[in-house]
Amino acid sequence: MKIIADTGKCVGAGQCVLTEPALFDQSEDDGTVIVLDDQPEGELIEKAREAVHICPSQALSLQE
Amino acid sequence: MTAVHEFPMTRTCPFAPPAAYEEIREKDPITRVGLPDGGQAWVVTRHEDVRTVLNDRRFSADRQHPDFPQLVKGGFRRQGDERTMITMDAPEHGPARKAVLGEFTVRRMEALRPRIQEIVDEQIDALLAGPKPGDLVEALSLPVPSLVICEMLGVPYAEHDFFQTHTAKLIKRSTTPEERRAAFDMIRGYLEELIAEKEENPPDDLLGRQIVKLREDGTYRRASLAATGFLLLVAGHETTANMISLSTVAFLRNPEQLAAIKADPGKTLDAVEEMLRYWTIVDAATARLCVEDVEVGGQLIRAGEGVLALGYAANRDPRAFENADELDIERGARHHVAFGFGPHQCLGQNLARMELQIVFDTLFRRVPTLELAADVDDLPFKDDANIYGLYRLPVTW
Repeated sequence: MKIIADTGKCVGAGQCVLTEPALFDQSEDDGTVIVLDDQPEGELIEKAREAVHICPSQALSLQE
Repeated sequence: MTAVHEFPMTRTCPFAPPAAYEEIREKDPITRVGLPDGGQAWVVTRHEDVRTVLNDRRFSADRQHPDFPQLVKGGFRRQGDERTMITMDAPEHGPARKAVLGEFTVRRMEALRPRIQEIVDEQIDALLAGPKPGDLVEALSLPVPSLVICEMLGVPYAEHDFFQTHTAKLIKRSTTPEERRAAFDMIRGYLEELIAEKEENPPDDLLGRQIVKLREDGTYRRASLAATGFLLLVAGHETTANMISLSTVAFLRNPEQLAAIKADPGKTLDAVEEMLRYWTIVDAATARLCVEDVEVGGQLIRAGEGVLALGYAANRDPRAFENADELDIERGARHHVAFGFGPHQCLGQNLARMELQIVFDTLFRRVPTLELAADVDDLPFKDDANIYGLYRLPVTW
């Protein structure tokens, strides 16, 4: 599984960072998403799914 | 087509949306309503449809458009007003939001935690040293977010009375268009002067840093920054204040859920999400104007028609939340739309979350005997405001 982030769509709400700071961070400059680990394993897979579901601008997707 | 319902609708219970929300959501989930100025708009009530509308570019946030649905008689904004990010659409919106977004990242908010904790402790000291019963709104709910946002922006807190008085006028539905306009101009004018003073030697506060950043980008304009400052100031104190008061009432009415966060503060953030869902205090802020025909939830909406994406109806939608009318801090409520959805989702949401988390943890730990000093039926809920809340909250301990 791979996390795909579209920084063009990202609105920097930070919900992914709140969901799992081990997977996501935000740019200090404009707040957009930085994926720290795009191939999560184990428990982090569920967290990645939650982040995709909650993202307000559908900037995140998963490639299974 | 005639509208069956008029908007805004009246509540019959302080803890629940107007009864018509459920009726509409279950029978005719996207339906026409009459507006205070005689116009009409569609209300969208199901969780999935609300998310769809708020994340689709065919629905515009341009509140200055003449066809934009007006929720108060006489409208709110004038043509030619300085625009802010909340009234912009793509492609203009992204850069405007991103210019200030770096100030509100999760990491930046975490860095504020110790200072927010200090502010909360000082206000609780003052509450405990003050008269019994005390008013929680005046002692805690309003000063905490006001102090925090004033400090972030670099606005002297001594001016907070001025802002609170004029903000209260802005959000009260009974305010006349002239009074609303005057309040708007007063705050905006003050901020322009304050920013002018910061220009020569920009201080290390949000407004000062914005002056530097926007100058570097070659896009700095004083009036535009004053408009952004206005938005952050107003959005930053009234909303969080109301959530503090309302959630305190909800915790005190649900002692087993209060006991759960006291036993395990790790649960407080989940409780905050549930409170946000349960109250959804800015229900009707998410109005949009359809700019291209689009079908949502089986209903054709035409270009030129107004849409109200009702977050409160969506957050009580049983399709998204089981037993949606119950308060349950452990339900997992993070997919609520209390902060809106789509590109305009609340910029300050992580500041709000942290303020609420710190307030609840600290208030109930330091004042374990806190109780209401009035019957719930007698509490002055803000039924007449576009942001729900409490005017006063008498408490004792």
